[in-house]
Amino acid sequence: MSRKHKSSKPYLLIFAALFISVLVLSGCHGSSGREEFAVPDGLDAGRKFEITFWAKNDTNKRQTEIYQNAAAEFEKVYPDIHVNIRLYTNYGDIYNDVITNIATGTTPNVCITYPDHVATYLTGSNTVVPLDSLIEDKRFGLGGSEVAFDSVKKDEVVPQFLEECTIGQNIYALPYMRSTEACYVNKTYVEKLGYELPDILTWDFVWEVSEAAMAKDADGKFVVNGQNVMIPFIYKSTDNMMIQMLRQKGYGYSDESGEILLFNDDTASILKTVAQHGKTKAFSTFKISSYPGNFLNAGQCIFAVDSTAGATWMGSKAPLMDISADKVVDFETAVRMVPQFDTSDPKMISQGPSICIFNKEDPQEVLASWLFAQYLLTDDVQIAYSNTEGYVPVTERARNTQQYREYLAMEGADDTEHYDIKIKASRLLLDNVDKTFVTPVFNGSASLRDAAGELIENCVKSVRRKQEVDDAYIQKLYGDVNSLYRLDQIGGDQEVKKDLGPLPAAAKLLLGGLAIVWCGIIISALLRFINEKKKKQPEII
Amino acid sequence: MKKKVLAVIMAAGLSLTMAACTTQQPAAPAEPTEAAPADPTEAPAEPTEAAEEPTPTEPATETPEEPDAVMTYAEYAAAEVDDPVVIEAYVQATQSWWDGKITVYAQDKDGAYFIYNMTCISQEEADKLTEGTKIRVNGFKAEWSGEIEIADGAYEIVNGDTYVAEAKDVTDKLGTDELIDYQTQKVLFTDMTVESVAYKNDEPGDDIYVKLSKDGAEYDFCLEYYLNGSDEEFYNKVGGLKAGDVVDVEGFLYWYEGVNTHITAVTVK
Repeated sequence: MSRKHKSSKPYLLIFAALFISVLVLSGCHGSSGREEFAVPDGLDAGRKFEITFWAKNDTNKRQTEIYQNAAAEFEKVYPDIHVNIRLYTNYGDIYNDVITNIATGTTPNVCITYPDHVATYLTGSNTVVPLDSLIEDKRFGLGGSEVAFDSVKKDEVVPQFLEECTIGQNIYALPYMRSTEACYVNKTYVEKLGYELPDILTWDFVWEVSEAAMAKDADGKFVVNGQNVMIPFIYKSTDNMMIQMLRQKGYGYSDESGEILLFNDDTASILKTVAQHGKTKAFSTFKISSYPGNFLNAGQCIFAVDSTAGATWMGSKAPLMDISADKVVDFETAVRMVPQFDTSDPKMISQGPSICIFNKEDPQEVLASWLFAQYLLTDDVQIAYSNTEGYVPVTERARNTQQYREYLAMEGADDTEHYDIKIKASRLLLDNVDKTFVTPVFNGSASLRDAAGELIENCVKSVRRKQEVDDAYIQKLYGDVNSLYRLDQIGGDQEVKKDLGPLPAAAKLLLGGLAIVWCGIIISALLRFINEKKKKQPEII
Repeated sequence: MKKKVLAVIMAAGLSLTMAACTTQQPAAPAEPTEAAPADPTEAPAEPTEAAEEPTPTEPATETPEEPDAVMTYAEYAAAEVDDPVVIEAYVQATQSWWDGKITVYAQDKDGAYFIYNMTCISQEEADKLTEGTKIRVNGFKAEWSGEIEIADGAYEIVNGDTYVAEAKDVTDKLGTDELIDYQTQKVLFTDMTVESVAYKNDEPGDDIYVKLSKDGAEYDFCLEYYLNGSDEEFYNKVGGLKAGDVVDVEGFLYWYEGVNTHITAVTVK
């Protein structure tokens, strides 16, 4: 009996090892260890929750106050949920910190983000909570019956903005605010140069006026402003510049599968045009020169393209200003859509912060996070925050309130809350939502965006440095930028939420080795079994 | 004996299996922006700051060819914006290394150089740029919001002598056109009165904006976080300045739409 028992040990050992191997193999590939989030039955009564919210402001104290006030008001409704706010002043810092904290499992609960960034966060499995089931949940979803505040309903969120937060098959973020880019124009100087400012700017018009503004008098001063400095056209975000030019022309940038189409002859033609005006110094960029608003307000720029979320820095009466009062020049500021190639079919980018929720081991904590994220869509928060800059609320409900309508109607009533340029910038988006677009989101789309801007930056820098931007230059630039941003590693046919793809070669090799070892073990055990049986046979007979 | 061998083989196999399929973490962004502040507000779970050593990226554009001769400061000052320049100077301070780049405050006996985002392949190389180290830099002269700088620069360390500049008292130059002649140099302002102190982000963890006055005129100063924000004692000292305090301030005479000195030392009187 004991002998029989002893002889069975190798098989038990083999089966146990096989069982463990299967568990290990099935569990380890494509999982970060986080369970997929499932909406719990309810929020545990009496439990205390501490959640972190990483927020971004535009170095605007009012925005900080609104976040803090939103957290305080939320805590009045949900006294057991405490919100800790950590403030950032740019999306890039949030992105970097989130990437780092994914690795250490210390992501925030709620985070202001761009969909492009969420796509990168999703490379860790179950890192970001898909919001579809939460949004639709009858009790805790948008407008849910058990939400303890006046929650916005799904159909009250501007559908296009919610769609922008869809990655693959799932919604991974809630829109928080929306903005676009605007061209802030020194109308006084445009007219001084003999031009009439059109309602919709064309690229040709902007280039032509910009070149005209480069004329100097006998003393070497610019005729249009009588100063030593004039950069007629400055673009803040050259990534947006390239993306919008490509979209307006119908040229390739990327597709939904992550296929990169940026590096082509059409892009080259745009780069050559930009370089032509960079060479005369009629055009420059934020990275090369500084903030467009600083030059605009000093009468040293005519066309300043920046976000509508930067409207309070634009114009000679701007409430926020980085230059000293003695440098500000008085002029009439006009707000226009970014320049277009086809005025009958204008296109402009949709941008602005969204909110994502990071997955945690405790679904209760995630539910608490979701409730706070929802709270940021309530009317008071939406209206207050949108009024700080040229943002627009992302809910129809907030837009249709009397409070918001009155705010818009008071355009120009003062140079602070009702600063006319800010409200004009908001109206630019409100009136043209149907003309906005977003670029496809995939893991790597954030890098592609950077690369698009880098092409323009490099061309402008190079021509200023007396290099020729020709076909050979552009081909080399394509290679350099492709390599810099590792775009060749992105490739197409990506599917977000797909696991980690095929096994790495090293893993395949090791698994293959393991299979061989097991085969050897099994064969050895079988041979041993047969041998033992042969030895025992005479006794049995 | 055979069973022991069998057990060892199986254990090794399992170990290899587990090692082979650890979950991949998301890759760091190709070109992250500046590292985040190193002093987060309190949170239930301590967040980890952005990685100190991301994979460096190569510049997309080539650095200029090495010119024949190193420029004197006068030649550098006379060069046009966008011209290629090559200088030799001594490191006075650096900002945080990040993503293959570092910003350097350099100076020699004749003048100072702000070398913005100079290519530097690693933190290890950055650590060699200690105060006083002589470097040769070639790049392009640039101007950003009034600050004359060297952009897209590459460097090499020049072995030999070292030099640490003394802070020059330029208090009497405040409000004059002469002040800009000392741009980027290590300077000293004495008996300044604190008017206001504000955190860039309304909370500690980023730049600190300080307004100091002299003879009724106010001037902007800044504790540049990436220059010395990691010095907790100094950061708290500047953050704790009160309106009315009288101070001597040392710093680099940086320019942003006017003088905006990057503070390196403060003495409260």
